[in-house]
Amino acid sequence: MGNEMKLTKLLTSAALALGLATTAMADGHEKTKVGFVFVGPIGDGGWTYEHNKGRLAVEEEFGDKVETVFVESVAEGPDSERVMTQMALDGADLIFTTSFGYMDPTINVAKKFPDVKFEHATGYKRADNVSTYSARFYEGRAIQGHIAGKMTKSNIIGYIGSYPIPEVIRGINSAFIHARKANPDVQFKIVWAYTWFDPAKEADAAKVLIEQGADVVLQHTDSTAPQAAAQEAGNVVTFGQASDMSQYAPFPRVSSIIDDWAPYYIARTKAVMDGTWTSTDTWDGIGAGMVGIGEISDAVPADVKAEALALKASLADGSYHAFTGPLNKQDGTPFLAEGETADDGTLAGMNFYVEGIEGDIPQ
Amino acid sequence: MDLSAINPILFVAGFLVAATPLIFAAIGELVVEKSGTLNLGVEGMMITGAICGFATAVETGSPMLGFAAAAAGGAALSLLFVFLTQVALANQVASGLALTLFGLGLSALMGQSYVGIKPPRLPDINFGPLADIPVIGPILFTHDIILYLGIALVAATWAVLKFTRAGLILRAVGESHDAAHALGYKVVRIRTLAIMFGGACAGLGGAYISLIRVPQWTEGMTAGVGWIALALVVFASWKPWRLLLGAYLFGGITQLQLNLQGAGVAIPVEYLAMSPYLITIIVLVILSRDKSAAPACLGRTFHASS
Repeated sequence: MGNEMKLTKLLTSAALALGLATTAMADGHEKTKVGFVFVGPIGDGGWTYEHNKGRLAVEEEFGDKVETVFVESVAEGPDSERVMTQMALDGADLIFTTSFGYMDPTINVAKKFPDVKFEHATGYKRADNVSTYSARFYEGRAIQGHIAGKMTKSNIIGYIGSYPIPEVIRGINSAFIHARKANPDVQFKIVWAYTWFDPAKEADAAKVLIEQGADVVLQHTDSTAPQAAAQEAGNVVTFGQASDMSQYAPFPRVSSIIDDWAPYYIARTKAVMDGTWTSTDTWDGIGAGMVGIGEISDAVPADVKAEALALKASLADGSYHAFTGPLNKQDGTPFLAEGETADDGTLAGMNFYVEGIEGDIPQ
Repeated sequence: MDLSAINPILFVAGFLVAATPLIFAAIGELVVEKSGTLNLGVEGMMITGAICGFATAVETGSPMLGFAAAAAGGAALSLLFVFLTQVALANQVASGLALTLFGLGLSALMGQSYVGIKPPRLPDINFGPLADIPVIGPILFTHDIILYLGIALVAATWAVLKFTRAGLILRAVGESHDAAHALGYKVVRIRTLAIMFGGACAGLGGAYISLIRVPQWTEGMTAGVGWIALALVVFASWKPWRLLLGAYLFGGITQLQLNLQGAGVAIPVEYLAMSPYLITIIVLVILSRDKSAAPACLGRTFHASS
């Protein structure tokens, strides 16, 4: 009871302090404070590295008018709730939470701080003060799948999955559809690492796939460790994930998906400054520039490169959708009819493999 | 399912490599805990060793110098722990946690210019005809010297603790620092040496990840191996050979589950993913039914006046 009273008091004074801070900001004397919660270290060379580049772009754009704070390597789950709460208590006006597993924590913390704006990456739960944003990485996966299908000699393509969530499954499906189109004999071997960032484990997963005959390895984990493992093996093709990973170009890394969050982060920060921020759901792809395709290196034959670039152009201008029928689900039931494209709702909740992929999705 | 896709020789050779960082970190911590000190900073010392070793190997072109620097780096960081707990008599748990946080930050700072660089490769030892023995050759005789050093270190630790006077003194300090002090042994000095040995081992383990197992430098790349090492020491009930067994079990099952996934075995992946932790714990708990206890003075602060 006594503790509860203390806590209430503490919260009241915190809220008061927050109120004061907000008032001060309205006067234009205070900086806009933008917080970032990262799942890995900013030096991971992949996912978090790119989000941090977005943060730096916000600082550059607004100079003295913003202050950014970030906490890296925050575990998904309850620990992230503590970090977000602390950021909000410290006066953050806008908080970006940059991993799928922060979804429920973000919603929980947002309820407690109605005046703070939250932006959750790759999730699907929104509130009046919670927006969601993501990129159509699966468009990039289509291009990777095409190159992979053309370049594999063993016809075995390895895929390192992180967690079996829609975003990752979408990527696997998109890559598989286009690899099969390019090469009907292609097989996918999928290994779930159950981590976003653990270089040693990612390297082990890559090595196992290579030992089992894969000569192309796609990754949906955040570090460059699989690239190093492929480089060791010598004749294995990889793609940069989330970031260009150009230090492994021109081989094994022959291309990459690059996430470009900077324009979005700048726009949303601006919206908070102007007071025009509203809860939105953003899902942009190659066309809008949120998904970039890293340079396709000379290790890729010229004709394959040309096909990949044509595919990229058709995805960018919307003339082609990465999920276009006829497509069946893994169990043979129809998914998309001839010429039909998948709607965003189906894509957002995708929890099945398309026909041809072996193995089960962990439930 | 296609089990023939798994090459048993590559699999065993792979898990020997995967277990080595764990062996180094855990055997070092075993010695530290035998002396009666609990250092939770293993992760911090590992990651510091990983970057010290990586940077030195890249700058000098010599992986062996890299490993030497990793041991030195880990030991140097452990001196901070020595100062906090043996001189300033601070709480060991808090100091160890601080050491981990400090090590992670320090290594990130030191490693900024080493991202994306390929380190020089430590060659495998040439065993000549031994490596040509079918099955056994490629499994046992195609590794680098550090891997064998890890196994030798376990054997040496076991022998020293069990058969030598030095080992007896170390254990005495860990079981009753007051009695050891009364007998005239320098408790703080002995513990300092043990902690530095632990730091050097953790550093070697970290460098094994950054120079051989991955090989690259990435911030935070030890990703929790230090914590597993700490748990392993307890589950192995402070016995070197059990510790080796536990590390191989853990490394082996980790590799096996990745292999089984790749081969498309119809066991749910969640069970495969948790199996290394589960099986290692179960086996070691069964083994430690003989109630081997922790060193009696583990985690207690010693001051000569008390």
